[in-house]
Amino acid sequence: MKKRKIGMALSLVLAAGTLLGACGKSDNKDTDTSKGGDKEKAFSVAMVTDVGGVDDKSFNQSAWEGLQKFGADNGLKKGQGGFDYLQSTSDADYTTNLNSLARKGFDLVYGIGFLMHDAVDGIAKQQPKTNFAIIDDEVKQPNVASVLFKEQEAAFLAGVAAALTTKTNHIGFIGGMEIPVIERFEAGFLAGVQAAKPEVKVDVKYSGAFDKAELGQTIASTMYASGADVVFHAAGATGNGLFKEAGDLKKKDSAREIWAIGVDRDQNDMGPDVVLTSAIKRVDVAVVDIANKAKDGKFPGGETAIYGLQEDGVGLAPINAKAANKDAIDKAVKEWVEKIKSGNVKVPGTRDELKTFSAK
Amino acid sequence: MSKRLVNILTPIFAVILGIIFGTIIMLVSGYNPIEAFIALGQGAFGDVYQIGEVVRQVTPYILAGLAVAFAFRVGLFNIGVEGQFIVGWLAAVWVGVTFDLPAIIHLPLAILAAMIAGGLWAFVPGLLKARFRVHEVIVTIMMNYIALHTVNYIVNTKMNQGSSKTAKIHETASLRSEWLSDFTTGSSIHWGIIIAIICCFIMWFLLEKTTRGYELRAVGFNQDAAHYAGMNVNKNIILSMVISGCFAGIAGAMEGLGTFGYMAVQGGFTGVGFNGIAVALLGGNTALGVFFAALLFGILKIGALSMPLAGVPKELVDIIIALIVFFVASSYIIRIVLERFSKKEVK
Repeated sequence: MKKRKIGMALSLVLAAGTLLGACGKSDNKDTDTSKGGDKEKAFSVAMVTDVGGVDDKSFNQSAWEGLQKFGADNGLKKGQGGFDYLQSTSDADYTTNLNSLARKGFDLVYGIGFLMHDAVDGIAKQQPKTNFAIIDDEVKQPNVASVLFKEQEAAFLAGVAAALTTKTNHIGFIGGMEIPVIERFEAGFLAGVQAAKPEVKVDVKYSGAFDKAELGQTIASTMYASGADVVFHAAGATGNGLFKEAGDLKKKDSAREIWAIGVDRDQNDMGPDVVLTSAIKRVDVAVVDIANKAKDGKFPGGETAIYGLQEDGVGLAPINAKAANKDAIDKAVKEWVEKIKSGNVKVPGTRDELKTFSAK
Repeated sequence: MSKRLVNILTPIFAVILGIIFGTIIMLVSGYNPIEAFIALGQGAFGDVYQIGEVVRQVTPYILAGLAVAFAFRVGLFNIGVEGQFIVGWLAAVWVGVTFDLPAIIHLPLAILAAMIAGGLWAFVPGLLKARFRVHEVIVTIMMNYIALHTVNYIVNTKMNQGSSKTAKIHETASLRSEWLSDFTTGSSIHWGIIIAIICCFIMWFLLEKTTRGYELRAVGFNQDAAHYAGMNVNKNIILSMVISGCFAGIAGAMEGLGTFGYMAVQGGFTGVGFNGIAVALLGGNTALGVFFAALLFGILKIGALSMPLAGVPKELVDIIIALIVFFVASSYIIRIVLERFSKKEVK
């Protein structure tokens, strides 16, 4: 009986310890923020990643690189009052993260990815004094700037490059989740292949996730095994499995001609021997652009900015020098860029538009 | 030293050891552990908003923990809480979206639907175990995948309202309240925590105070003895799985009716069900223990979100959680140490 009481007392002391410790911390924090508020008037900016994380080698990383560049250009420091990021591990974290950053007094907070639509919408109402920006979706709020890309145009060029490279006339496409953004990639890519070489067959597979590299590798392995020799991914960190698989195959048999095409940023660093090119989506450009506008007091709240080839918001990375017909590809890509920029060719952005698409 | 005291002290020591080892890892990898823990503390208790978020995160953890713990007390490993959680979530949202009823009927109906869905999902492995002795671990793991992909399919094709998610549930089925949200300056806290606490009580009452609970526990201690004593082992196995699934289903309802108000296509497992295993383990499979363990996990998870602001990767918290689970699982060591101490005292 006595011992039980001691146990109770001990656990009470422990519990009290945690609670009191917590109080002390919160006091510190309060004084911190109030000081920060008075002293700092510099423009500060932060972003929330989706579940891919800040080092996903594509989408989120590109945004973070943009933010880092903006920070360096303006002499900001990483952290509160400068530039910073928070990562989300599940959908439930988006709201919490966005709100935390707004509360920390960041002037502009980015939600990276369409998955954050509802979270940005909700928090923008709650925090009318903070400016928000969402990438890849539209949120109609006076303090939210929306950023969309014409991914189909970059994917179209990737499709042209893939079609001109394949020897087996068999190409693969690995998508992340079946959402409008990835559908734009798919439609554009298929249109590009069709425009350059109509007889090429394209396998389209969706992994259902942006953060499952092992799944990406499995799909890539099946595609290569079934005869595809060029595979394009639009699947964020899932696509890292594609590069792993392509690299492994190349290591086993260096004579085998297989290629992978990256997405979002120039993913040449993922496998200099196997990455043919990348469909670049300059999330970093858009991030810096919006941040600069906001800093100058011209934040495009309530507006939707669309970045395409014309705006240098999307494009194709340099073709790998090891590709046999690099010159021919470069030439073809250049021609298509002109046609798209001049408006002669409208690249389809949905599967329905793809059905009626014909390249002349 | 009494057995009860050892049972209480073991998880506490596991947590302390986990934090100590986490600190060592931080020191070795060149991060400042004090800053990290301050950031963690601020992230979890910085202001009333953060506390609201912690409570929101704790709610499904409690229920998932109860689900695992309940099955465990009857000697079953329900690894399928994740799947039961997902089907419960969908069922709750489906009722929330489809029907137009007054709140007093709508909300309980949505929760009931989640319970039934979760219960049914757990009934299958329970039945297979009872009738054919198929191991429930394997069946439940596989059922997780079936749940994930079936639910994704349904959300994508049958209930899709654009951008791969369902419509918002009607206000009458929502657990959210303006008042709670305003009180915590706009956090996503909801009334689910009350339901979770009630479920803790139900679990305790069911297992400790009823004949049925006595039978269930007897089956957990020794199936043969229970059988010899004239208890229907098979019936109790199925029953325990179903009740466990009901808890998991309610956990899903918390996300569907509270946190989100809709269901989106899931790129992968949410992790709530798997964290439930850790919560149950840390909580010693008792209702009260699960409550405190869920609280700790919620604090760690929400607090960790703010850690990058202190320059510490939040993956470190995952390491600390893993270490805590490790030490609980190897509680044998802690028990031996504690027993040594108590023996010395006696001398």
